[in-house]
This record gives sequence, C-alpha cells and structure tokens, in this order.
Amino acid sequence: MSHLLRKNNIGWFFIIISVVAIGLFYFYPMVQALLLSFQSGMGANLQFVGLENYVRLLNDPTFIAALSNTVIYLLVQVPLMIVLALLFSVLLNDATLKFKGFFRTAIFLPCVTSLVAYSVIFKYLFGVDGLVNYFLVKFGLLSEAINWLADPLWAKVIIIMAITWRWTGYNMIFYLSALQNVDRSIYEAAKIDGASSFQQFFMITVPLLKPIILFTSITSTIGTLQIFDEVMNITNGGPGNATLSISQYIYFLSFKYTPDFGYAATVSYVIVVLIVILSIIQFRVAGDRK
Amino acid sequence: MRKAKRIVTYLFLSIASLFSLFPFLWMLVSMTNKSVDVTKGRLLPGTHFFENLKQLFLTVDMVPAFINSTIIAVITTFLTLFIASLAGYGFEMYRSRGKDMVFNILLLSLMIPFASIMIPLYRLFGDITPIFPSIGIDTLAAAILPTVTTAFFIFFFRQNTKMFPKELIEAGRMDGLSEFGIFFRIFVPTMKTTYAAAAIIAFMNSWNNYLWPLVILQSPENKTIPLLISTLGAGYAPDYGVIMTAIVIATLPTAIVFFFMQKHFVAGMMGSVKG
Repeated sequence: MSHLLRKNNIGWFFIIISVVAIGLFYFYPMVQALLLSFQSGMGANLQFVGLENYVRLLNDPTFIAALSNTVIYLLVQVPLMIVLALLFSVLLNDATLKFKGFFRTAIFLPCVTSLVAYSVIFKYLFGVDGLVNYFLVKFGLLSEAINWLADPLWAKVIIIMAITWRWTGYNMIFYLSALQNVDRSIYEAAKIDGASSFQQFFMITVPLLKPIILFTSITSTIGTLQIFDEVMNITNGGPGNATLSISQYIYFLSFKYTPDFGYAATVSYVIVVLIVILSIIQFRVAGDRK
Repeated sequence: MRKAKRIVTYLFLSIASLFSLFPFLWMLVSMTNKSVDVTKGRLLPGTHFFENLKQLFLTVDMVPAFINSTIIAVITTFLTLFIASLAGYGFEMYRSRGKDMVFNILLLSLMIPFASIMIPLYRLFGDITPIFPSIGIDTLAAAILPTVTTAFFIFFFRQNTKMFPKELIEAGRMDGLSEFGIFFRIFVPTMKTTYAAAAIIAFMNSWNNYLWPLVILQSPENKTIPLLISTLGAGYAPDYGVIMTAIVIATLPTAIVFFFMQKHFVAGMMGSVKG
C-alpha cells in the first residue's frame, strides 16, 4: 500500500509542469478575458463598465458582419470538407485501386503548407492579373478578368475553397485509418445481400465511422470558428467587411483600430460560447441511441 | 457497369489530385520565372531562379527570419516533447481519481480559442517585461513559452503510453531505477516512433504559427518566416517570381520533414484518435 502511495505522489511530479503551464497560459488568460469583457477604455486605461460591451456587441454592424461571415464559413465549409474527405477515404480504401499511394499523398500534401504561405498563393491565383483569370479569359470563358477578391460573394467562396484545399486531406487520413480497422467481411456480407455501394456507404461505413466523424467535425468546427490566417492574408477581411472573421476582428480591435482590449475580449467570448454550444450539439447528434 | 464506375473513380481522384498539387507545381514553376511571365500564365520552368534568389536575399531579411523560425521551432519541439511525454506518462502510469479529474480539466483547454486568450496573454507578457526583459514582449522566448504545453500532445502521449509494455517498468524497478530513471532510460528510448510523430507535428505547428508571433514579435529583426511572407508583395508592383521563391523556401522545411517521416506522421495522427 505504501509503495502504491509513493508512486502516486511521484506521478504528480510528472504532470506538474503541464498543469502549471496550461493553468498559466490557458485558464488564467481565460478568466482575465472574462474580467476584461466587463471593462472598457483605450489601451491600458481600463474601467469597469458592467454589461456595456455586451450591449455594444448587439449594435455593432462590424461584429454582426464578422459573426455572420464566420458562421457562413462554418456551415458551408465543414460539411463540404467532411463529405469530400469521407468520399476520398472510401474510394482509397478499395484494395484493388491502383496508384493509391500517389492519390493519398497528393490529397494529403496541402496540409504540410503553412497557412500563410498557401493563403498568399491563393491570393495570387485569384488576383486580377492572376492565373485563374488569365486562363478563363484565354479560353474564352470570361470576356474580361474578374476581380474575384473584390467581390463580396466570390471572396467568401475563395476563402472557403482555400480552407477546403488545405484541410480535406488531413481529415481523410483519420477516416482512412478508421476504415482500415473495419472488418472487410461486413462488406462482403452486404454485397451478398445485394446492398448497393450507396447503401453500403450509408448503412455500414457512416455508422462505423461515427465516432471519428464526430471527432473531426468538432475539431474542424473549432478550427473554422477561429479562422484568421487565411482571411488576413487572402482578403484582409475585405471587400468592405465581407470576409472579416471574428478572430480577425478581435485582432483589429486590439492592435489595429484604437486599442480596446475590453471590447475585444467581449467579442472573443462569442467564439467561446459558440464552440461550447456547437460541441454540445454535435455530441448530442452523434451520441443518440447509445 | 463496373468498368464505368472504375473510370469515374480514377477520373475523380485524378482531378482531385490535380487540384491538390497544382498550387505546389505553380509555385515551383513560378520560382524559376520572371514576375511578368508569372502573370502571363507561364507554366513551364524558366531560367530566372538564381536571379529571383539573389533578389530575395537583397530585398528581404530572409536569413534572420529563417534563423528565428528555426530557433523557435526547434526549442518548441524539444520542450513540447519533454513536457507532454512526462505528463502523458504520468497520467497513464500513476492513476488516481484526482489525476483523472485534472486530465479532464486540461482537455477542456482544447476548446479555448486562441483569439480569446491572445490579449490577456499579451498583457501577461507585458507585466513580465519590466521584471524579466529576456522573456518579455518582442522576445523569441515569449513567442515560444505559451505554445509548448498543449492538451493535444499530452493526450497524444497518454494514448500512446497505453501501448507501452508495463513489465518493462517492473523490470526497471527491480533493477533499482528511480521512477524518473525508468522514464528516461526505458520509456523514452522505447517510444522513439511516438516521439518522432509528435516531433513532426510540433515542428510543423511551430514553424507555421502566425497569430501569436504576429502579436508578440514586433521588431523587424525578430520576424519569423510566416510574418515575413505575409508582408511580401505589399508594395505597388509585387515581384511574383521573388515571392514564390520565398514561399518555396518557407515551405521546404516542413515538406522535407513530412516526406522523410511520412510513415511516422500518419501513424502519429492515427495514434491520437485510437480509443
């Protein structure tokens, strides 16, 4: 008994650095941000203002724009990416498929690039004198170059395309690894019973991958809600505020406009609340009948 | 019918691969071309690479940024591996109800968005600056410190520790090794693959990190590669050939790391999702 106790106490020494560091660099700032959200003022001169920041939030058109942009990214991009990733993984899981390694590496490769570097590439691809315009005009699909990134709708589409390009392969790898653990005889049996590929996909693959789909949709949701690097480097939030994200707005409020850390903290808590609510919903949806 | 389905599959995967690879090919080709050829849609390799390279080093502080990024990424990787593997091992090998609760609380930090703690962190380092200037605002240490401990890596090491044969620990104890002795002499060498996988992910994360360095590093000499890349082409007439060269150089380290350790990388990501 004493032996076990000694070991348990030593166990705390193994985890102490992590506990202190995560406390100091995550939870302490989290509490500070909450306190800040009830304060207002320029730079370091902050005063408690009660709920003023939260009221301001509701009447702030820039915030409403940032929030709705971020929600649009989330609603379009996450399902699109997860469906694509599932599709790729199912196709690549076929043992008889040739060039599997090539396809897998090609689709996975985007996720080794830095967010900033690929954002810059996308910015130039879709610039007025960019490659996309050049070829569309050359092949007569467009009569003249479109300024994609200056159009509120196209700019959003390009941001969504960019994130999908970067992360689909990443999610695919998770599904592929999960599929490798699935017993092939299940599919053989289904085939004998006359199940079509579609039926096999929806009746076998999706239910089996449910936990991992939940995992990837939660991590993707958290990631997309925090989107910053892409909008900052592809459109800088423009045109107008058509692509501005919440994280970018927080950054602008803190370091670009007249600094108001209190209000920035208030805006940041919106992401926290969204992440918590969406995670709970996703758990509920995926965890039913268990 | 079967054959038609096959063809559609290959076609679909080929188009997807082309989309995935095209930005890479374009950046590699453009690196060797003149700016004007890049805008003219030239997709063939040119002979302008060395000129672009020369121009890059003349106009931009690529070398200091590369050195800063390397220092930050290497130190971050070592500290991350050290701290997270200690914790993962500690949580898995010495269980108690209290520790399980602590573990769950640490996991909650995964849901904390960086944007919401960015300002308090900045202010924290602002408070530290007068006392310890060497780890204060605008130092590489400040860029490193908040990034080295993440619940993801602790979780990752805990998951992988489950596969570690417990008999080795008993053997170590019988040989008279201390608990930390067992960790360093037995666990660390045995778990090389896990460490390799974690190292790749940690290095990539750190090398590509943008927002926190953007906030905390202000002076030009402290710029990292992503900070430098984001400022390229801000001028009136950007030189695309030069910018592409910079982007290739910025992507090279992570691409090389990935290619040489692809197996570990994939294994590592899978290890983190196993039940």
